[in-house]
Amino acid sequence: MTLLSVEAVTRRYRLPRRALWSPPPVLTAVDAASFTLDAGRTLGVVGESGSGKSTLARMVMGFERPDAGRILFDGQDLAALPPAALRRLRPRFQMVFQDPYGSLDPRRTVGWSIAEPLRATGAEERGKVAEALEHVGLRPADAGKYPHEFSGGQRQRVAIARAIVTRPALLVADEAVSALDMSVQAQILNLLMDLQDELGLAILFISHDLAVVSSICDHVLVMEHGKTVEQGAVGQIMRNPGTAYTKSLLQAGGLL
Amino acid sequence: MTRLPPNLVIGAVLVALVAGTAALSLVWTPHDHTLLNIRGKFAPPSELHWLGTDQLGRDVFSQLMVAARNSVAVALISVCLGGVIGVALGLLASAMGGVVEDVIMRIADIGFAFPALLFAIMLAAVFGPSLMVAIIAIAFINIPVFARVTRASANQIWTREYVYAARAAGMGRVVISRDHVLPNIAAPIIVQATIEFAIAILAEAALSYLGLGAQPPAPSWGRMLSEAQTLMYLAPQLAIYPGLCIVTAVLGFSLLGDGLRDITDPRLVRQR
Repeated sequence: MTLLSVEAVTRRYRLPRRALWSPPPVLTAVDAASFTLDAGRTLGVVGESGSGKSTLARMVMGFERPDAGRILFDGQDLAALPPAALRRLRPRFQMVFQDPYGSLDPRRTVGWSIAEPLRATGAEERGKVAEALEHVGLRPADAGKYPHEFSGGQRQRVAIARAIVTRPALLVADEAVSALDMSVQAQILNLLMDLQDELGLAILFISHDLAVVSSICDHVLVMEHGKTVEQGAVGQIMRNPGTAYTKSLLQAGGLL
Repeated sequence: MTRLPPNLVIGAVLVALVAGTAALSLVWTPHDHTLLNIRGKFAPPSELHWLGTDQLGRDVFSQLMVAARNSVAVALISVCLGGVIGVALGLLASAMGGVVEDVIMRIADIGFAFPALLFAIMLAAVFGPSLMVAIIAIAFINIPVFARVTRASANQIWTREYVYAARAAGMGRVVISRDHVLPNIAAPIIVQATIEFAIAILAEAALSYLGLGAQPPAPSWGRMLSEAQTLMYLAPQLAIYPGLCIVTAVLGFSLLGDGLRDITDPRLVRQR
């Protein structure tokens, strides 16, 4: 069943004008990207920095509106929903961010942060924070601690706990393991795969690292300067990269 | 534990001195500061009158103590008033963005351009000069200052990932401003408030000097200064004492503000 459907989505940014009377140059960050993601599956989005993959993530999360095209979550067009309806839908798609040091408010306990998505919807909090912490391999007693008391990997676990506490159907992971060192990366990837099995999560996994993507994803979308250059099953693209760009990404990941 | 910066320590001591004197004047002064004694005018410092008496024989030390209370009260009320309104406007501008932000900040620019003295004269013309006029005028000039500092700091917080996480959670702008933005910009706002406190004390003295603030018999450093002005050659000490008090208070709050900024602003690399 299709959970997320991205249809020819385009996002343009106006850059600062070079001269006073010249029209501002336009950067097309995402150019007519299309894909679908089924419930419980994982789609990888790969590309070097500046390829538009984070812009894509922000649009899927409803932080930005596409200039053209539609993003359908569970059949509902995110950009067309009234704000209140979008807010009600938010518990069903959550995000894990890149920087485990920046994604938790330093002045709040991790228990407070994890409970935030529950408070936003007025959901019952009791027991759910502890449950989420256990899900990601932390202790319920950790809820009273502050982010600075945790290591980077542990913080990313906390961020994942916050993302799954509302039992979403979709998790957007934007470079979620890029800031972590290799052994911790593997732990977090294993955790994401375990959670996917347990909770039936669909994951939109965004990374510059094709090696990481190939280890966790079923399908992959390769982006370059906003354009989709290749799209398909991971195994097929790994075996038979269709473009020089994909090849260079494979080489960068040590896979070729 | 790193050593505290010296400006913080000196500032804190001076502020404690001024605030302590102001608080003490509520319960005790050596003499009634309004008590006249024409025969004992221009008395030199003595055991009875520690800093002597003024042209009407009033005890100068007692007057300075009560004036400290007035100055601190005016500064406190006006900075709090201006701060609350300014911070609220800054948070609103930052949270809404777009046209709302532009309108609020352009109004703040106009507020910056508007001279506080002119505003005080205007108020005094309408309502008659009083401490209230001084408070409102000083609060008014504080609003755009706080609005600007708040908006600049808040705009940085709005780009943090934890704010995006709160948005992803479905939190509204008001709740995010309260839960995430305000606690994380408290430090620069407190620093600004301390510095504004110094400016407010100076402004109160200036307004009272011009007769737009404290009215007789309420003592004020600025008014003591203006009354002593005509007696400069006869009794220069009467101008020097309140002058020193203003310097002490302003210096104290300025140093405290600088010191607080030094220890809270991570961008300033401490070289000690």
